[in-house]
Amino acid sequence: MSDFWYDLEPFLQQGTLGLVNGAFYAILSLGLAVIFGMLNVVNFAHGAQFMLGAFVAWMLLNWAGIGYWGALILAPLVVGLLGVVIERTMIARLYKLDHLYGLLLTFGLALIIEGTMRNAFGSSGLPYQVPEAFRIPPVDLGYMLMPAYRFWIVVVSLIVCLGTWYAIEKTKLGSYLRAAVENPKLVQAFGINVPLMMTATYGAGVALAAFAGVLAAPVYSVNPAMGANFIIIVFAVVVIGGMGSILGSIVTGYILGVIEGFTRVYYPEASATVVFVIMAIVLLVRPTGLFGRA
Amino acid sequence: MPRSQAVALALLVAFIAAAPFFLFPVYVMKVLCFALYACAFNLLLGYAGLLSFGHAAYFGMGSYLSAHAAKVWGLTPELAIITGGLTATVLGAAFGWLAIRRQGIYFAMITLALAQMVYFFCVQAPFTGGEDGIQAVPRGALFGVLDLTPDFTLYWVVAAIFLAGFLFLYRVVHSPFGQVLKAIRDNEPRAISLGYRSDDYKLLAFVLSAAIAGIAGGTKAIVFQIATLTDVNWPMSGEAVLMTLLGGIGTMFGPVVGAFIIVTLQAELAQFGAWVTVIQGVIFVACVLAFRRGVIGELQQAIRRPL
Repeated sequence: MSDFWYDLEPFLQQGTLGLVNGAFYAILSLGLAVIFGMLNVVNFAHGAQFMLGAFVAWMLLNWAGIGYWGALILAPLVVGLLGVVIERTMIARLYKLDHLYGLLLTFGLALIIEGTMRNAFGSSGLPYQVPEAFRIPPVDLGYMLMPAYRFWIVVVSLIVCLGTWYAIEKTKLGSYLRAAVENPKLVQAFGINVPLMMTATYGAGVALAAFAGVLAAPVYSVNPAMGANFIIIVFAVVVIGGMGSILGSIVTGYILGVIEGFTRVYYPEASATVVFVIMAIVLLVRPTGLFGRA
Repeated sequence: MPRSQAVALALLVAFIAAAPFFLFPVYVMKVLCFALYACAFNLLLGYAGLLSFGHAAYFGMGSYLSAHAAKVWGLTPELAIITGGLTATVLGAAFGWLAIRRQGIYFAMITLALAQMVYFFCVQAPFTGGEDGIQAVPRGALFGVLDLTPDFTLYWVVAAIFLAGFLFLYRVVHSPFGQVLKAIRDNEPRAISLGYRSDDYKLLAFVLSAAIAGIAGGTKAIVFQIATLTDVNWPMSGEAVLMTLLGGIGTMFGPVVGAFIIVTLQAELAQFGAWVTVIQGVIFVACVLAFRRGVIGELQQAIRRPL
C-alpha cells in the first residue's frame, strides 16, 4: 500500500466512525428543527426523550420480552404518545407567550424525566445487547472493517432523515405543514386543523428522538445522562446549521460527526469540544448559520 | 430608592445580620453565594431580556480560579476571589461578544454550548483536578490579617461581599445605563432608532453579569473550600434560571428569595437523592405554567410597588 493510503487510512476510518455520531446528531437536530419550525419551541426535553426511547427499549426487552425490532417501532410510539400528552396539557398553553417560556418548560420536563429515571434505574447504566441479526462479521469497506450494527445505524438514519425530508417537502401533508409554518392563521381559515397539526408535529419530533434512542441503546450503555450529553452538542449543531432548513440540519449533523471523527485522529483532546469551536467560528463568519435565514 | 424597596432592603440587611445567631452560618453563606449568582443572572434576563443558559461557566471558572489562587498561588482570600471574578469577566467578554450576534432562543443555545465547552475544558485541564476537583482550599486570612477559618468570622465577609454585589447591581439597574437596557429589552429596534448601540449595551451587561457570577463562584469556593465540576456543569446554569424564575424575573429581591427557597429545598431533600432533580423540574414547570411572576413578582403586583 502506498504512503498516501497509509496516511489517509486512519483519517477515513475515524471519519466513517464519526458518521455514527453524526447519524444521532442528524436525527436529533432534524427533530428539533421540525418542532421549532412548527411550534416555535426549542424542545430542551429532546435529549431526555431520546434517553427515554433507549429505556423503553430496555424495558420492553427485560419486562415484556419484546426484542430490538419490536422496540424500534413500539418505543417511538410510546414516547411519541407521551409527547402528545405533554403538548396538549402544557406546551399548548405557551404559544402566545415569549418563546423563552417554551425552553424553560421543556428544561423542567427534562429534569423531571432524567431525575425519575435516575431514581428508578440508578446512574450507572444498563446493558443492551446488539441484536442477533447484527452479530455477524463486520462490513468490509475496503479501507476498514465496520461493525455491522454501526453500519446499520448510518444506513437506517439516512433512510429516516431522507424519509422525513421527503414527507415534509414532497407530500400533501408536508405542504400543509410548511404552509402552517409560514402563516398559521391563513391555513386555519382554509379549514385545516392547525392545533392538531402542532400536536402531531411535536409527537412526531419526539418519536424521532425516541427512535434515535433505541438505535443508540446497543452502542452506548442505557443511562439517564445519555440524553443531556447529546442534546447540548445538538444545540450547537442546530446553531451551526440554522433551524430554517430541514435538509440543512440533516447535512450539518452528519458533517459535524465526521469532523469530530477527524479530530479524534489529529488532536484527540479536542474531540469533545470541536463542535463548540466550529459553532463559535460560524457565529463569527455567518451568524445566521450555514443554512439559516436571518 | 422607592420606599417599598428601602423597606425590603432594610429587612434583608436585618435578616443577614440576625441569621448567623439562629441559623447554621455555612448554610446562610451558601444562600448568599447563590443569591448573588442569581442576582447577576437576573441582570441579564430580567433587565436586558437575554436568557443565558451558560452562567455555570462564569460561576464555575470563578470558583476554580479562586480555589487555585488561594491554594497553589497562596493568595489571600480577597485577592483569590478577585482573581476568580476577573477570570469570569474575561470569559464573559469573549462569550458575550460571540453570543450577542444572535437573539432569543439562539442566544440561550449558544451560551449553553459555550458553557459546555468550558465544562469539557475543565474535565481535561490538569489544574482542575478532574473528578476530584480542587479540595482543601485554605480560607486564609483577610488582607493577610484576619483569620477566616472560623465560620462566624467568614460569615461577615461573605455578607459584605453579597451586599456590595447586590447594591452594585441595584445601582447598575437604576442608572441611565440600566434604563437603556430596559428599553432594549422592551423594544430593541426602537432603542436602536433612538441612537443607542444596543450591542454595546448588551455586551457590557453580559460582562458585568459574568463578573458578579464569577465573584459569587469564587466566594463559594472559599466558603466550602472546594471547587468541582458540579460548579461548571449545565445543571448549575439551570439553577440560576430556576432561582430567578421562582423568585421573580426582573425584580431586585426575587433572585434572593428564589435562592433562599432552592438552597433550603436542596438541604432538606438531600437525603432523597435524585428526587431533588425531579422536584426542581416540577417547580420549573409549575412556575412557567401558572406562576410566571414568581414570589416577589406576585407580591409586587399585590402591593403595586416595585420590589
